[in-house]
Amino acid sequence: MTFSANISLVLPELLLGVSALVLLVWGAFAKKTSPVFTGAAVLALLAAAVLAAISPHGHAFNGVYSADAASAFAKVAIFVFSAIAVVLGDRWLAARGDQKFEFPVLVVLSAVGMGITASAGDLISLYIGVELQSLALYVLAAFRRDDAKASEAGLKYFVLGALSSGILLYGASLIYGFAGSTRFADIAAASHGAHGLGLLFGLIFVICGLAFKVSAAPFHMWTPDVYEGAPTPVVGFFAAAPKLAAMMMFARVLGDAFPDAVSQWRQVLIIAALLSVFVGAFAGLAQTNLKRLWAYSSIANVGYALLGVATGGETGLHSMLMFMVLYMVDVTGFFACLQALSRDGKPLETIEDMAGLVKERPGIALAMTAFSLSALGLPPFSGFWAKFYVFKAAMGSGDVPLQWAAVLGLVGSVVAAFYYLRLIKAMWFDAPVGAVDKPQPTARAIGFAAALFSFPVVLVALVWLDPAAKLAAAAFGHL
Amino acid sequence: MTGLLSLTTFAPLVGVALILAARAAKGAGAATDTLAKWIALATTLVTFALALVLTLQFDAKNPGFQFVEDIAWFAGLHYRMGIDGISVLLVLLTAFLLPICIVASWKSVEKRVVEYLIAFLVLETLVIGVFCALDLVLFYLFFEGGLVPMFLIIGIWGGKRRIYAAYKFFLYTLLGSVLMLAAILAMISIAGTSSIPELMSYKFAPWIQTWLWLAFFASFAVKMPMWPVHTWLPDAHVEAPTAGSVILAGILLKMGGYGFMRFSIPMFPNASEMFQPLVFAMSGIAIVYTSLVAFRQTDIKKLIAYSSVAHMGFVTMGIFSGNATGEQGALFQMISHGVISGALFLCVGVVYDRMHTREIAFYGGLTNRMPHYAFVFLLFTMGNVGLPGTSGFVGEILTMTGVYQASTWTAIVSATGVILSAMYALTLYRRVMYGEIVNPELKTITDLDAREIVLFVPLIIMTLVLGIYPNLVFNLTASSVDGLVGAWRAAVGG
Repeated sequence: MTFSANISLVLPELLLGVSALVLLVWGAFAKKTSPVFTGAAVLALLAAAVLAAISPHGHAFNGVYSADAASAFAKVAIFVFSAIAVVLGDRWLAARGDQKFEFPVLVVLSAVGMGITASAGDLISLYIGVELQSLALYVLAAFRRDDAKASEAGLKYFVLGALSSGILLYGASLIYGFAGSTRFADIAAASHGAHGLGLLFGLIFVICGLAFKVSAAPFHMWTPDVYEGAPTPVVGFFAAAPKLAAMMMFARVLGDAFPDAVSQWRQVLIIAALLSVFVGAFAGLAQTNLKRLWAYSSIANVGYALLGVATGGETGLHSMLMFMVLYMVDVTGFFACLQALSRDGKPLETIEDMAGLVKERPGIALAMTAFSLSALGLPPFSGFWAKFYVFKAAMGSGDVPLQWAAVLGLVGSVVAAFYYLRLIKAMWFDAPVGAVDKPQPTARAIGFAAALFSFPVVLVALVWLDPAAKLAAAAFGHL
Repeated sequence: MTGLLSLTTFAPLVGVALILAARAAKGAGAATDTLAKWIALATTLVTFALALVLTLQFDAKNPGFQFVEDIAWFAGLHYRMGIDGISVLLVLLTAFLLPICIVASWKSVEKRVVEYLIAFLVLETLVIGVFCALDLVLFYLFFEGGLVPMFLIIGIWGGKRRIYAAYKFFLYTLLGSVLMLAAILAMISIAGTSSIPELMSYKFAPWIQTWLWLAFFASFAVKMPMWPVHTWLPDAHVEAPTAGSVILAGILLKMGGYGFMRFSIPMFPNASEMFQPLVFAMSGIAIVYTSLVAFRQTDIKKLIAYSSVAHMGFVTMGIFSGNATGEQGALFQMISHGVISGALFLCVGVVYDRMHTREIAFYGGLTNRMPHYAFVFLLFTMGNVGLPGTSGFVGEILTMTGVYQASTWTAIVSATGVILSAMYALTLYRRVMYGEIVNPELKTITDLDAREIVLFVPLIIMTLVLGIYPNLVFNLTASSVDGLVGAWRAAVGG
């Protein structure tokens, strides 16, 4: 393959990487953001999304990087949601009279990392992508550096993240040792049929490392603290694009490198998925802080997505992609609404703060009700369709433990329903505690758009989202 | 005429749009509230007219689905609607009760009137959708979607313990429903289709039927509700506003019975046969036990709520009787109970609006000041007891006759329920209505006003007409019910 052909495949990441560097230099001289600066970052991300969508398919750099329908699907979603995060972050900074130019640069850099992981065809490129993404996210978590909680969040995220990267790398080294290659295609070929104990050991370590990145139980401990401490737009970003990127890593490693070991990794994933669902459901019951609540909600939802991965094959990965995309809209919309709200200049933080919101701000209250019901999995909201795909895949797998896991997962969603209902109760049934400030218009607009997608647009959008995800899922396992 | 079914289903949403437009144009205020009420009433009346047209155009001789609409959606799902003899009258009942609900709330609901009306209109669309959906997933969409408006109706406009009742209602129903969702997904992957007519003729292996039947049963038994998962109902009823109780008892409970007839029996005939004794036992216990519980209540609404559970016991046992008599009786009982229990809750609402208490002990001697009310309440009490000439009698006698052929003991046990229902209903009537007025607060209570009389007239007519000429119902349902029973008998070979 010629050099230019290789380059044409990595154009999205290349564009973003160069943009990030240019923005960095620009910012260093301008010393603060401006609408043009933010606009340039958004434009770069959207252009990368377009490039990813129209990119030719193939393997670049000896199979280290692969552009296929799966990576294109994931990248479009990742880049678009990163662009939304840039906009929301800019508005958040503007509301505080702070104009740190690093915010868009860091989001773009993490998007480069996420793009690389989504296209990884090799353990090394996977690791480079993970680290690039994570390092940018650590800094974003601690973006309010004058705030003790934010610093704690950043530090905690960094220390535990470094540990998990170590675990991931250790697993990768074991796999390399037993398979003789770091390329997914070679690993799949080397392990064809029989999987040695060493290889499986390596795989388990890699799964543990990745489970940390998606915040699946029992590696979820960092999530509530980081969510609580990080700025609201950053939390909205964390819960969306990087989660999809991490899920793509699962799909890449398991679907591309270990497609024949389904029966081995499925057990691990089922346990992690069910633990996540129940930890998310039960621990969420005790929360009063909205961000912590949504952290546990995201843990539970990761559990559902993992059920899709555990199903494996085309239907399983199809369901995972559908789940993640639909979930990302909800969670982004929820945090956009939360960001739009404040009372006497202070952000709303607890469930009690939301009391009587429907009288104060009926539009935002309706949108947040839609997101809560959607996260609860109630039809006809998008969250129902997300769960519909995952459970349909699991029930149709023909694997009895997986089918029971799906039933238990559904029961877990009833437990979680209680805390979503608490939020709805606060907004609808309780008396208002005081006037809410005028909402921040951009964040509110993004929240409304997401709510409209959640219902009713989703009923139409699924008609083309479904085949797109199906095409993407079919691309796994063909390295 | 194609499209009529969708038009009927979604007509209430047009009302929602109009109400929202009215509020946007005129702003919140008393004038907007009044306008919204008229819009809601007009919408529900139009929906009723459409449902009436639907019923009149319905071909009673055709046992299959009519007015079928089928549009391919995504992932193999379809927007598929249609009605048969089992669902047509439930659609009509829904459209019949909704205008009554709106009129019943005319004065008693004072806060957040616009939201209240929207919740009712959305609920109407969802309930009609449940009865019309011919795709499993579409059915689930409507079935589950109904939880939200009802949750809000109980939680916002309910009584003192409304939040507890709203949670209980939501979580109970949701737990049953998610098990049904698991079964729905399993059925789709086994049979490869989500079309209800196709699934009705698909033969699931008996052991799979057992599991699927249990999962559906979990959902419908809660909805029905059957003993011992009925405990959410009294709480929900007591706390719900009057119109909420009417729609809950009148229509939402029927979704359980409809589910049994649409899914459990035609799709899992072997399992239905196998679990017939279980259903009989649960129904028998429900009839006797909840009747006794009803006798001990001190709250009028709670008493009627428990009597609803007892009457639903007749429905479940009739559905699983396995013969056309029992099934017809069950279907008739559902319609009749929808009218009578709705009317009884309205009766409670009449005195509650005046005195703001539902304690039986508070009342007494109302006949002296409220002669019209005494007549109306007596009529529906008799309907509830199952007096011949009222619609309540027909349903009870037919279900018992049908069940007698399947299980003599169940029929005998359930027959005691008729006596017990007379016991609690007549005692209630005596304590509330007869005697001298002792409580000084009741000395100034007023009789029914014109609005309330208008409210009760259609219900009185329905109760008597159906009691005297039940063939109005049977003519429409006979061929579908015969088809249902015939297919069940053929499947189990007897």
